[in-house]
Amino acid sequence: MDKLRLKFSKTGRAVYLSHLDLMRTMQRVFSRAGVPLKYSEGFNPHAKISIILPLSVGTASLCEYMDFALTEERDLATLPEALNAYMPEGIRALEAYEAPCKGAELRWLMVEGVMKGGRDAAFYTEFFARDTIPVTRKAKRGMRTDDIAPAIQAVQFNDMEGGVAVKAILHAQDPTVSPELMMAALGEDAPAYWRFTRLEAFKEDLTPFR
Amino acid sequence: MEMNEHIDALLRQVQRPARYVGGEYGQVVKDKADVDVRFAFCFPDTYEIGMSNLGMKILYGVLNDMPGVWCERVFAPWGDMAEKLRQEHIPLWALESGDPLSDFDIIAFSIGYEMAYTTVLDMLDLGGVPIHASERMGLEHMVMAGGGCMCNIEPMADFFDLCFLGEGEDVDREVLALYQKAKREGWDKPRFLRQAAQIEGVYIPSLYDIAYNADGTVAAITPKDGAPEKVRKRIVEDFDACYFPTKPVVPSTEIVHDRVSLEVFRGCIRGCRFCQAGHTNRPVRSRKAETLLKLGKETLENTGYQELNLSSLSTSDYRELSELCDGLLDYCRPRGISLSLPSLRADNFSMDIMHRVQQVRKSGLTFAPEAGTQRLRDVINKNVTEEDLLNSCRIAFQGGWNGVKLYFMLGLPTETDEDVLGIADLAKKVYWTWREAAPDRSRGVRITVSTSEFIPKPHTPFQWEAQISREEYLRRVKLLTDALAKAKSVTYNWHDAEMSLVEAALARGDRRVGAVVEEVWKNGGRLESWSDYFALDRWLAAFPACGLDMDFYATRGRPTEELQPWEHMDCAVSRRHLERERERAYEGVLTPDCRAGCAGCGASRLLKEGVCRG
Repeated sequence: MDKLRLKFSKTGRAVYLSHLDLMRTMQRVFSRAGVPLKYSEGFNPHAKISIILPLSVGTASLCEYMDFALTEERDLATLPEALNAYMPEGIRALEAYEAPCKGAELRWLMVEGVMKGGRDAAFYTEFFARDTIPVTRKAKRGMRTDDIAPAIQAVQFNDMEGGVAVKAILHAQDPTVSPELMMAALGEDAPAYWRFTRLEAFKEDLTPFR
Repeated sequence: MEMNEHIDALLRQVQRPARYVGGEYGQVVKDKADVDVRFAFCFPDTYEIGMSNLGMKILYGVLNDMPGVWCERVFAPWGDMAEKLRQEHIPLWALESGDPLSDFDIIAFSIGYEMAYTTVLDMLDLGGVPIHASERMGLEHMVMAGGGCMCNIEPMADFFDLCFLGEGEDVDREVLALYQKAKREGWDKPRFLRQAAQIEGVYIPSLYDIAYNADGTVAAITPKDGAPEKVRKRIVEDFDACYFPTKPVVPSTEIVHDRVSLEVFRGCIRGCRFCQAGHTNRPVRSRKAETLLKLGKETLENTGYQELNLSSLSTSDYRELSELCDGLLDYCRPRGISLSLPSLRADNFSMDIMHRVQQVRKSGLTFAPEAGTQRLRDVINKNVTEEDLLNSCRIAFQGGWNGVKLYFMLGLPTETDEDVLGIADLAKKVYWTWREAAPDRSRGVRITVSTSEFIPKPHTPFQWEAQISREEYLRRVKLLTDALAKAKSVTYNWHDAEMSLVEAALARGDRRVGAVVEEVWKNGGRLESWSDYFALDRWLAAFPACGLDMDFYATRGRPTEELQPWEHMDCAVSRRHLERERERAYEGVLTPDCRAGCAGCGASRLLKEGVCRG
């Protein structure tokens, strides 16, 4: 079975797993569950799996996607349950299905987070309401400055106990705006601590990505 | 384990945080309400090293199978993390519960190498537990230790309450059961320790008085309160039926040996005279091929690992190796699982197995002739001839291998410059063998020669020998470097002798050396088996600061009459055998392996029938 997609969540202790850790872990989960992944040919065979838009270490997600292929037919409806019996803490398979589109079509991610040790909601609201939000970052050749304002939508800040709660829809590919970049844009007004979770994924036209 | 924001913030600032959070598949979590003994299994090195250790996997399983006992894992944090924990006043925690070390009843260390000693003190301190046994008055925070270093743990005697000599599977359970009783009945610590000393394989350092002569040598070792005069090590007699962890914790992040490690047998039939493990793990006891096959399959299925390794001190000596490999290959090959065989001897039989196993990937081959001339190989009882070695290389080169690693020691007893130069000759002969045997020479060949410094270890026939000085080691390295300078396709790597010097001093140290370990730790010593953190200067300063001479421990030859600091440890091989082997070494006489003829080492005493069968 080719072109399959697994939707899963990565929360709790699992947020500290790197992308490579996760790839290795997923292979072993499939192997423990007796679900045979398709492997590449050659001297150093590796499982044909790919994770769309790998998370950075420390960020949680309720909407991760992994594309994979199996060497035999499986009931996709019961696959998540079968895999979950063999998962480490913090990773849950949610849904398995035939991929209806390419992973590259995932364009927007809704995220929520908490920001502590910085300014209040009013300050951040005003900051991100500006027409242009320039961020300077390292590029292949020297430093590059981009305007990330068009890549941030529906951003909301609310004061909460001890900090500010934030929710936004960020452009995830071409260009990529991660929560880290959003924080970096704040410069000296960036909070001392922040933590984000991916909630939902969308296509370019903001229809749900599957 | 709860990841609060404080800890989360900290984890975001350190390298590879996944190693500090637990949550892996296969970890054991128990309800604290059902637990009466909380046991922290501490490994005094990083997660990546500790999680690769088979002993830890075994005991984690054995202890967690006990009702009322919850065994958790604790590892030494890397430097960045240790610094943060101290800065933020966060105590070192156990991976399963996230609870600080100070919450545990028993804090037990597995110690396989001397360079871990300072890390033990650092972990206790990071965990909020007093480092000295004398500062811990109650039944809680009982600090224990086990592992290879227990055959002379005197330098750590002031820090440990209880040590396990030998294999832990049975004795750990017995001690735990006694501890459960002590806790239930409200015993005090001295009573518990006195009782525990009666269990075979248990060593209570505080129950022995050590007297010294004016020259610093040990005068007497006197047991008190009914402790045995000699502590005899424990073994699992029926190794075939011995517990094996078929459902170990599977790390989510990469570790050093990330695979199933199947322990084929314990002990070693070879009597290499420099080798501590080969002497302290006797007698040889094997698992049946049938048992191993079953355990191997089960563990592969339970873990999802793609690699299986056959482990032992000398896997070629396993009687049923051929059947085992065939059986495993039948299972592994269709599933894309690779089989690896380390510690093979340079003989034809091993090469045949090697060919069958490594049909896909032809990586490098490793041989350990240990010495450059036959004379010196006979002295150390390494039963490998030049002919064996070159033959093995020829078969390997014919089969398409194009890399060989050769390991040697410098500074072995009786070594002369001729022996050192013999290493260069041997490397050159390997090269010529390749020229003759390789079917395709266009790819070239890589011959790597590595040397490390010989370290005399307790419970070996060389336990009385002097270690050569650093200067002398470096002179011999230079000699070899020059001799290999023009050798084609040969790379020479040598390990620095700085760490060997410290290791030698600790390996044969007495109780007074504990002050040195403490001094070095106070000056920042930790994780010292890592060159990132090792500093010889700290040790060179600490010995005189404690009124001791490092050379007295490292480079001094001892007369065989001298009472050694570890003579109350009975590791089954008798002193008489060691003395005899020492004499034979000086005569250059080989002692056959255990199967060719029993040398009467004394280890068979531990077996009910009194006969080794491995």
